Amino acid sequence: MHRAIFPALFAAGVTFLLTCLVVGIRLEQEGASLTVVGADAETWGWIAFAVIGVFLVQLLQQPLQRLRQRLPTADITGLLPNEMLLHRLKPWLIALVVSGLLVWPFMVSRGAVDLATLTLIYVMLGLGLNIVVGFAGLLDLGYVAFYAVGAYTYALLSEYYGLSFWMSLPLAGLLAAVFGCLLGFPVLRLRGDYLAIVTLGFGEIIRILLNNWTSLTGGPNGIGGIDKPSLFGLEFSRRASEGSQTFHEFFDIDYSSGHKVIFLYLVAVLLVLLTIYIINRIQRMPLGRAWEALREDEIACRSLGLNPTVIKLSAFTLGASFAGFAGCFFAARQGFISPESFTFIESAIILAIVVLGGMGSQMGVICAAIAMTILPELAREFQEYRMLMFGGVMVLMMLWRPQGLLPMKRPHLELKTS
Amino acid sequence: MLKLDNVSTFYGKIQALHHVSLEINRGEILTLIGANGAGKTTLMMTICGTPRAQSGHIVFDGRPIQQMKTSDIMRQGLAVVPEGRHIFSAMTVEENLLMGSFFRSRNEAAAQLDHVLTLFPRLKERFNQRGGTMSGGEQQMLAIGRALMSQPRLLLLDEPSLGLAPLVIQQIFEIIERLREEGVTIFLVEQNAHQALRIADRGYVLENGSIVMSGSGDALLNDDNVRKAYLGG
Repeated sequence: MHRAIFPALFAAGVTFLLTCLVVGIRLEQEGASLTVVGADAETWGWIAFAVIGVFLVQLLQQPLQRLRQRLPTADITGLLPNEMLLHRLKPWLIALVVSGLLVWPFMVSRGAVDLATLTLIYVMLGLGLNIVVGFAGLLDLGYVAFYAVGAYTYALLSEYYGLSFWMSLPLAGLLAAVFGCLLGFPVLRLRGDYLAIVTLGFGEIIRILLNNWTSLTGGPNGIGGIDKPSLFGLEFSRRASEGSQTFHEFFDIDYSSGHKVIFLYLVAVLLVLLTIYIINRIQRMPLGRAWEALREDEIACRSLGLNPTVIKLSAFTLGASFAGFAGCFFAARQGFISPESFTFIESAIILAIVVLGGMGSQMGVICAAIAMTILPELAREFQEYRMLMFGGVMVLMMLWRPQGLLPMKRPHLELKTS
Repeated sequence: MLKLDNVSTFYGKIQALHHVSLEINRGEILTLIGANGAGKTTLMMTICGTPRAQSGHIVFDGRPIQQMKTSDIMRQGLAVVPEGRHIFSAMTVEENLLMGSFFRSRNEAAAQLDHVLTLFPRLKERFNQRGGTMSGGEQQMLAIGRALMSQPRLLLLDEPSLGLAPLVIQQIFEIIERLREEGVTIFLVEQNAHQALRIADRGYVLENGSIVMSGSGDALLNDDNVRKAYLGG
């Protein structure tokens, strides 16, 4: 017990310092100058409560742990159907989920559908970064750069050449892939931390470039009025632009702004399903196995005649292209983009999605993307403490499941033996 | 089959190999013995292209390979079992083996897989087990099996007995002899000089980066200097 007292005191001290700085004192404007104002008694009470709580938990850590070990843990594996049945049910489950995704937006509010669309963008980004970080094991902190490339590709093509969303989508993916390849070529001889720093720098370079190239990109003012995607030439606006028709006129229904939101959502679902399908296929191809082998042991890979540079480059390029698709869709959905949308925090969130989900696990990444976009929305009423809570959740998560939500299970082929 | 002529290798400014020349003939087991730090592993890795030989020539099957990229060298029909095994520990035995035949067609890989599994019945028992969960001897078998999956004509083995029990070492050496009977040429780098020289047709002794002695396995085994230095008198 008394061996735990010093760490406990220390932890309590740190807690006190941090809470004092974060909630204990406030800067308030008084006329032209700022003054430091102490918090009220109630807040100080809460701070004391937190400090005592941390102290007690740290002090009683060992007895608590012993107590927890004695608690029986529920075994839920028995509730799941066995593997054979699960295998047979799988196509039905997938069909159910997909049809649920398609029907769902017609029954909920516009805001919910909008949030779901945003979530799907993050799912796509997470899946793309998962190739680079999860499969190939390359830490990329500048992933948002490719997202920005995709978004600006569509915005610029639409502004200067009037290209439609569907025309720009493959181009955005392609251009992002080219950027991925260009960046990957010089940096892939680096590894670990060095690679992370270089990619971080690249992400910032792209953003700063977009910010300063005012003549082309409009600088910090961004690009507005980007066309929304159309359904085989049918627009989702109230009035059709010249030489085209609107959706509600064609089907002879009343105009509703909800149609556009739902359509965007459905496009996002389509893109995500396509992404999942493509990545699943690649994962089962030799290339996917090579990524995984490279992540595990580079020396062994070299001894087997695999070229690490080519393999890493392919992962980087493919990952970047999915960010390009996501970016293109993002630009179309927002209708307005500026360098503001592509700051480092975006990269960090996408990386957090991959890490929280469990590196390399697609299901995990999807779950984490949903959690990471919906939780901050739910926590909106906590205002400025949102990010604090976010950090807290991350810490708890790493304590509870260091492997991520759903750690990667590699595709496994069973040979049928009669 | 493989010929090294006057090869010198440097790590930065430090010279690790001094004008090494050696030759491996088709169908033989050639062994290279030497103390720690003599440059055995360096020699083997120089053949593979990392580190690159600074001077001299390396010719495999009549083709100079010293300027090729490592990944290209490894596709020429030689395979290496790196020191310390380096298996893919999170992958199953099957997947490990299939990584070895990455550049072969599906049919070739399936045929070779059967062959490797008859050579190593133990791997068949562990077919769906993760590489990292196996014992050291099994991992070494897996590493050798994986290298064989590319149907090499020349197999480079770097200390296959490292950290294994005597009985397991025995098994590994038996397998190496079996491979020779099948016509695979073997270049064996070993610390375990006694056992290596016993099965070798010829041997070289490497000391401080130069070859100081060569001869048939038996001759080296009975040589006084070799006995004193490597076989404990």
